[in-house]
Amino acid sequence: MIRYLVRRAALAVVMLFGLICMTFVIANVAPSDPAALAAGPDAGRAQIEAARREYGLDRPLHEQFLRYVGDLARGDFGRSVATGRPVGQDLARYFFATLELCLVAMTLGILLGIPLGVLSAVYRDRWVDHGTRILAVSGIALPPFWFGLLLQLGIASSLGWLPTSGRLSVFTEPAAPVTGLLLVDSLLRGNGALFGEAMSYLILPAIVLSLPCLASILRVNRSEMVEALRADHITAARAHGVARWRIVTVHALKNAMLPTLAIIGLRWGWMMSSTVLVETVFDWPGIGLYAVSSAISGDFKPVMGVTLIVGLNFMIANLVVDLLYGALDPRIREA
Amino acid sequence: MTLLSIDDYRLAFDGFEGTAHVLDGITLDVARGETLGIVGETGCGKSVLARSLLRLNPAPPARVVSGTIRFEGENILAMPDAALRRLRGRRIAMVFQDPAAFLNPLLNIGTQMADVLHGQDSAGDAPRRSAREAHARSATLLASVGLPEPERLLDARPHQLSGGMRQRVLIAMALAGEPTLLVADEPTTALDVTVQAQILALIAALVAQRGLTLMLISHDLGVIAASCARVAAMYAGTVVEDAPTATLLATPRHPYTQGLLAALPDLDNPAHRPRGIPGSIPSLRNPPPGCRFHPRCAIATARCGVEKPALRALAPAHTVACHHA
Repeated sequence: MIRYLVRRAALAVVMLFGLICMTFVIANVAPSDPAALAAGPDAGRAQIEAARREYGLDRPLHEQFLRYVGDLARGDFGRSVATGRPVGQDLARYFFATLELCLVAMTLGILLGIPLGVLSAVYRDRWVDHGTRILAVSGIALPPFWFGLLLQLGIASSLGWLPTSGRLSVFTEPAAPVTGLLLVDSLLRGNGALFGEAMSYLILPAIVLSLPCLASILRVNRSEMVEALRADHITAARAHGVARWRIVTVHALKNAMLPTLAIIGLRWGWMMSSTVLVETVFDWPGIGLYAVSSAISGDFKPVMGVTLIVGLNFMIANLVVDLLYGALDPRIREA
Repeated sequence: MTLLSIDDYRLAFDGFEGTAHVLDGITLDVARGETLGIVGETGCGKSVLARSLLRLNPAPPARVVSGTIRFEGENILAMPDAALRRLRGRRIAMVFQDPAAFLNPLLNIGTQMADVLHGQDSAGDAPRRSAREAHARSATLLASVGLPEPERLLDARPHQLSGGMRQRVLIAMALAGEPTLLVADEPTTALDVTVQAQILALIAALVAQRGLTLMLISHDLGVIAASCARVAAMYAGTVVEDAPTATLLATPRHPYTQGLLAALPDLDNPAHRPRGIPGSIPSLRNPPPGCRFHPRCAIATARCGVEKPALRALAPAHTVACHHA
């Protein structure tokens, strides 16, 4: 198990280096001049050149790259040329808003997707299965911005049950950040009212974000369960008199969980990198919104920072999935 | 005394391309303590018949067309779920063909055996035994099938065991519920030849020690001759001949059984060339009318293509389904 872990982690380091290279290259081939942006719209040639020197953009590419890697190693993501704020600080704030949203959305997706997938497989071609199929197809097909607007209109605006947008009411003082996740921080401080408020703001965007993820977890889990229930060892377990619930929830589900885990890992990566539509509709102050607004103004340091964070998140998700694979299937661990 | 009585059992599988009439009027009695072999080529319905005894054929697509399977007088085909759970493993147990596929790759042996024991506890309304009791009982069972270091084996996963060990584990699981009838479906087919002999010897020893009734399914007459006192030969979903093993080997009366024996190599007489049966097994979706074997039969007459031969007794324990035997 240790060897498996070390090998996976070593692979992750190589991938991280590749990711840093890619981010750097993409930022440098993009048709935009950060020096001109930094110097402002009315700047003359001399001022632009001064800005270029100030940001080190006049140096050869390999030097710029080494400096970029060195800064990253110290946790320095550079400064936004548009706002002058350090990108690291912005990222820390926006990232945790997105992380909180995604964590809740993924929890919803897993807690609903897996049991519904199991039920659909056990009662295949019965009404449960048809019902979840409709849910899954809608989950994939409904555009998130449209579905989000619909929920805002119905539940938030017409019925007035939940707030329309934002992360907290403008009049609410957020708890001093410990983890950066409002739900966790409010609980840590024993502030139930704040928890409730944060949840009321979070739940609609989380539902919208979770729907496609729920749909794919459900469908993958269902088809893997159908396959797993057909396995010879399931026939043997039935013949030996193993209890039916035990066969479904342990003997078959454990086998079906390997591919399901893979899709959960992938979905997690995609989810973190595609929150922008949901964040825009619900005015959620996350990295998606931050990246898009920076990209529009041609401000590349934040975009590079977000790309790196999102890529890193993808890698961590993959690593966790690999480790869970090994924990679940000893043959992988020993291979 | 009859333990198992199968009467005119017909089973069909409904598929997109039509209905396959896989078992066509099986009639077979097994007495308590008997060792019965069922022989026939691949696709003749042996395994489907074996699985019918525990209602393991998935329905749909499987559909019982007619007949009864009585075990100790109760019709298995009409059993309610609770009775079926008490049947599985505790009255009829099964050993399967490929032990690698029939053990769960992700669970260790101890968990799989404990699940069997706990499942049988709950089916029999017995108090659920503790984890320690299940562990001890599993170790005893593994030791009883000749596995060394059973305690360590309980922590192992199937892929860490050899084929022969896995098959012993499956046999131990089958014995967990102290069954009356042991159904062994090609138990040696996936194993090396030397291991085959060991497994057959183990099954024979267990049958003798525990007074089990054995139903051994194989395509290999040699395997059956070594373990069973009586043989039923199946062809395309029907029993064609049923006789004591020695009688069937010495004087087979059905043309198909004769063909099976002629296809065996004779080690004492190297000049004897094995002869195959011409033709191939018929489609079960569209089986030949009358006797299902008649298109491949050397002595078939017009009657064989029209009228299905019933099993009739040639001698007290020797029955044949052939118009001309």
